[in-house]
Amino acid sequence: MKNIRDFVSELLSETGDAPDQLLQHLCKIQNHYSHIPEEALQLLAERLQTPPAEIVAVVYFYSFLHMHTRGDFDIRFSDNITDRMLGNIPLLNSLCKKLGVEPGVPRADGRVTVALTSCTGICDQGPALLVNGMVISRLDEERIHKMVGLIEAGIPIANWPKSFFVVEDNIQRHDKLLSHGIINGSAIDAMVVKGSDAILESLDHSGLRGRGGAGFKTATKWRICRDAPAEEHYVVCNADEGEPGTFKDRILLNGYANCVFEGMTVCAGIIGAQKGFLYLRGEYLYLREALEKILQERRDAHWLGENILGEKGFDFDIEIHMGAGAYICGEESALIESLEGKRGIPRNRPPFPVTSGYMNKPTVVNNVETFVAAARIADFGAEWFRSSGTEQSTGTKLLSVSGDCERPGIYEYPYGVTIRQVLEDCGAKDTQAVQISGAAGSTIPPQEFYRQIAFEDVPTGGSFMIFNQKRDLLEMVENFSRFFAHESCGFCTPCRVGGTLMKNLVNKVMVGHATSYDISEMENIGLVMQKTAHCGLGSTAPNPVLDTLKKFPGIYSRRLLNRSYEPAFDINAELEVSRHMTGRDDEEAHVRYEK
Amino acid sequence: MSTEKTFKLDGRDIPFKDGETVMDAALRAGEYIPHLCHNPDFPPHGSCRVCVVDVNGRHVCSCTLPAAENMDVDNSSDAIVEKRRTLLQMLFVEGNHTCPACEKSGACQLQAVAYNTGMLSPHFPHFFPKRSIDASHPDIVFYFNRCILCGLCVRVSRDVDKKSVFAISGRGISTKMIFNSPSGKAGDTELAITDKAVSVCPVGAIMPKHLGYEIPIGERLYDTKPISVVGHVAENHVAKKPFMSDGPND
Repeated sequence: MKNIRDFVSELLSETGDAPDQLLQHLCKIQNHYSHIPEEALQLLAERLQTPPAEIVAVVYFYSFLHMHTRGDFDIRFSDNITDRMLGNIPLLNSLCKKLGVEPGVPRADGRVTVALTSCTGICDQGPALLVNGMVISRLDEERIHKMVGLIEAGIPIANWPKSFFVVEDNIQRHDKLLSHGIINGSAIDAMVVKGSDAILESLDHSGLRGRGGAGFKTATKWRICRDAPAEEHYVVCNADEGEPGTFKDRILLNGYANCVFEGMTVCAGIIGAQKGFLYLRGEYLYLREALEKILQERRDAHWLGENILGEKGFDFDIEIHMGAGAYICGEESALIESLEGKRGIPRNRPPFPVTSGYMNKPTVVNNVETFVAAARIADFGAEWFRSSGTEQSTGTKLLSVSGDCERPGIYEYPYGVTIRQVLEDCGAKDTQAVQISGAAGSTIPPQEFYRQIAFEDVPTGGSFMIFNQKRDLLEMVENFSRFFAHESCGFCTPCRVGGTLMKNLVNKVMVGHATSYDISEMENIGLVMQKTAHCGLGSTAPNPVLDTLKKFPGIYSRRLLNRSYEPAFDINAELEVSRHMTGRDDEEAHVRYEK
Repeated sequence: MSTEKTFKLDGRDIPFKDGETVMDAALRAGEYIPHLCHNPDFPPHGSCRVCVVDVNGRHVCSCTLPAAENMDVDNSSDAIVEKRRTLLQMLFVEGNHTCPACEKSGACQLQAVAYNTGMLSPHFPHFFPKRSIDASHPDIVFYFNRCILCGLCVRVSRDVDKKSVFAISGRGISTKMIFNSPSGKAGDTELAITDKAVSVCPVGAIMPKHLGYEIPIGERLYDTKPISVVGHVAENHVAKKPFMSDGPND
């Protein structure tokens, strides 16, 4: 292993010592040393002229960064509800047992750490895990067994069987975006020929709205940004696909990256940006190498760089920035903070990123899928796009289908498709509920399967998780409330504290200690979070609880105690220590409840 | 005659200047909006959410919201006060706040705002976090049990004192304040008792040494008048009684 001083010096000479590179440096140091050594931290502090405590604060913010070594093999099992349904926990337990480790605790010999992590976006071919940042899909006992041998023998993952690391695109239904060949340069060409105003006009006419879920009109966003006076403008592609159950961006970045970059370049041409960023979630590190290669090919072809396609003054290039395990960074202003190398705390708004974003300059932040759609529209025109979808939701949408169905994967549909249609197409049977738009989305019961995927009916960023009649939906609620408590940035009171209170209450229901009083507590906490949280994560975090309380009250009521109140702790369990110390186990050493 | 722009707060016309927040305009007009992480001397932060108001049907944070005409601000309905009370209860159970045994009692904004909203109990199950005390500094002691993560010390040390003595680290419920020193201890930082950052703590997390119970309980800032009348701890308490090291370090 390299001398730390040399490693950090090389890093800094490669990418510079601007403070906004902090997170990028930390990611590379973490990957190399499996932690951030104290010496590296001090060197970074000196060279980046940042107080060491601020670097420590960044390290403790991101799940994938650590101050203490994780060992030669840093393993994280994806822990989305879909991974749970596919049996990730027995496999994790089996691996821990065979390796002789406790979850989350590094093995004493510095060989391995096994832990859990939020959804890694491999829901259609789970259960999945990350080992030193690389994805292993379709886990089973046999794979676990082989992994143990490789780990104990100290074989570097570069020499592990290639079949472990196969991640398929798994496209089950193609429509407008996915069925056309990869466009290379044609969208930029169209802009150069027709002019950026005409392309913006076309984008406006197409009705394209942001694909991340919020649905802001793309042309409006780009126009506001273009008109915001500033020397510099920026384009940011949000590839921090962290919403549990979503994996469409994984497919787009794997098979359609040229289209993504082309859309960003068109945006740059319109708003006058010279620099763009692809903010790639840490879980998709395995895609980075190929993406860098494509960027280089595009530079070689004059689709990136100076004087693009010979147009004087059309200069634009794209840099990939890695995330490091923080769902909140999918929120656009938190993403910008993260791009600047800081903790991903959402900003106060106004001002919005379109006028004051990256480095407080006008910045367009759009979803991966939005850029793909924009590139297609520049190429094929507004009418081509508008001919699919509904009046308010034009075009098509990529759905990431997972859970209880025969054919999980990516389904591209025109907007307006009914939930029932999707369920039929993917071979879902005896469906109890569909969770649409991820943990922060809504839980749809069968009587609402007639509803449509569209901004005006059931909007979604793309997650579509299916639960059949055999599933206990409260396990989903428990998984999501744990997820939100873990992913809260900790900035505002309602999300930081309310999220944990909510998680504890769901758990209280789960273990059968809750009463109807606790249900009203959950409703009250949920309302306060919805109304007072600082950002969208906090205000939507109680959704899975509030939504299921309304639509699936039975999953709660059948577990409730028939009492008006039950304390938050189990007094009999607490008394166990005293009973043990006094050697008593008689009736009077127990508290008796009336049943 | 006036051409001043105004918005309505609980029915009263509040004048405002361009760029002013609802909070600042209200305070200037003598209307109190409860707050903890906000201090009128510094840029707004918006983390505690206690200053939540209803504006034209939407709940928003008044300390970060630019005032505008035709705003109808509700600062006192039951719906608003109940939410504030719940947020305060969350803050109380998150840390370990034992008011009767706390030296800041009577001069603590958390306590005073809690009374202001009619909060009589913490209501939620206590988290009972295990948090330490840092007494390594000769003049100042840090009670992390009482920290509400308002970030005022962090911001003021960075922006006013130009020392960046503190940082907020971690995330979610594990978020905590840390010191910028190799040992992680306050005593190894450049912090001085005269730093502005020391005097802005709205609770009893940052306390001077050598000055125990200078003002008797019963005569403190909020003992006789509510916070809605008195205003800030930092403005009143520290200005009159500067924290001083008055003897050899012990």
